[in-house]
Amino acid sequence: MTAQVFTISSGKGGVGKTTTVANIAVALASDGAKVVCIDGDIGLRNLDVVMGLENRIVYDIVDVIEGRCKLRQAMIRDKHLSELYLIPAAQTRDKNSVSPSDMTRLCNELRPDFDFVLIDSPAGIERGFRNAIAAADRVLVVTNPEVSAVRDADRVVGILEAEEKRSTALIINRLNPILVKQHDMLSAEDVLDLLGIQLIGIVPEDEGVIVSSNRGVPVAQDMKSSAGQAFRNIAKRMRGEEVAFMDLDKQSGLWDRIQKMAGRK
Amino acid sequence: MMSWFGGRKRSAESAKERLQLVLIHDRTDLSPAELTSLKDELIQVISRHIEIDADAVQIDVQHDGRSQRLVADIPLRSVTRRRAE
Repeated sequence: MTAQVFTISSGKGGVGKTTTVANIAVALASDGAKVVCIDGDIGLRNLDVVMGLENRIVYDIVDVIEGRCKLRQAMIRDKHLSELYLIPAAQTRDKNSVSPSDMTRLCNELRPDFDFVLIDSPAGIERGFRNAIAAADRVLVVTNPEVSAVRDADRVVGILEAEEKRSTALIINRLNPILVKQHDMLSAEDVLDLLGIQLIGIVPEDEGVIVSSNRGVPVAQDMKSSAGQAFRNIAKRMRGEEVAFMDLDKQSGLWDRIQKMAGRK
Repeated sequence: MMSWFGGRKRSAESAKERLQLVLIHDRTDLSPAELTSLKDELIQVISRHIEIDADAVQIDVQHDGRSQRLVADIPLRSVTRRRAE
C-alpha cells in the first residue's frame, strides 16, 4: 500500500477546508479505504472538533516531530470508522514548529500503512501553507462562488504552478443553485472559466453541514444530505472513479415553481 | 436577463467581469497604470520605425485557461495617406 497524499487548501479562510477534509475522509473510509487526516493548522486546531474527536487528544503533530511520542501515539482513531485516523495540530505552538521537510518525513512514514493521507492546510500562503503542500501528490483547492474566495484561490493555484505541483483540482463549495439561477451568484462554469483548472467537485450550500459539525459527525454520513452526496462523489473521483456531477438544478425546482406561480418568470 | 428591480446588470455578471480584470493584474503583477506606461513606451519605440495611429493603439492582457498573453493592436498609417497630408 502506498498512500496518495492530498492537501486541501484555499488561500482564503472560512471557505470550508476543514469541513471538506472531514467529509472526504469519512466518505473514503466508509468505502473501505485506510485514511489518515493531518490538521496542518498549528495554533488554530479545528479538524478535531469537526470530526468529533476533541476529547481524545493526548499527543499532537509537534509532539511527533519533536520526538516526545511515537507517530502511532498521536493518531486518534475515529469513533465510527475503524480505518480513519486523525493527527491533530498543536494548539499552543506556532507554524514555525514544523518545517516542510518535517511534513515530508511524516507523510513518508505514513504512506506504507494507508491509502490516503489528507492534509488540512491553514488559510494564507505563508509557512503553514508551505508545510501543508510540501508532501502533497495532489492539491485540492476549495473556493466559494464569491469574489474574494475566487481571487485567493487563483493566488494559491498560481503558487502551486510555480512550485510545479501540476496536479491541482478545484472544489466549489457552498454553491447556492437558486442564487445562480437568479444570476446573483457566480456559476460553477464562471468559476472554472476564471480559474482555468480541473474540477473535482461542486458542493451545494446545505444547512445540514452546520448541524452535523455542531454534532461532530460529518455530513457525508447523512445519506439524505445533498452536500453529503457531493462529498461522497468527490471521494469517489479521488479514487479514480468517473462520477457525473450532480444536477443541482433539480434541488431548486420547488423554488422555481413558486416563482412561476408568482408570475416572476 | 433583466432584474426584477429595474434593469440593472445582475450581480453575478459584475462579479465575473471584475474578477477577470483583477486576476489578470494579480497574475501578471501589472497594474493598469503600468500597462498604460508600457503602451506609451511601445508607441514611442514603434513610431521610430514606422508611422502608426497612436490614438487607436489598443493593448491588453487576454487569458486562455491559465495562460496570459499581451495582445496589441497597432494600426499603421498608410503611406498613401501620409503623402496626401
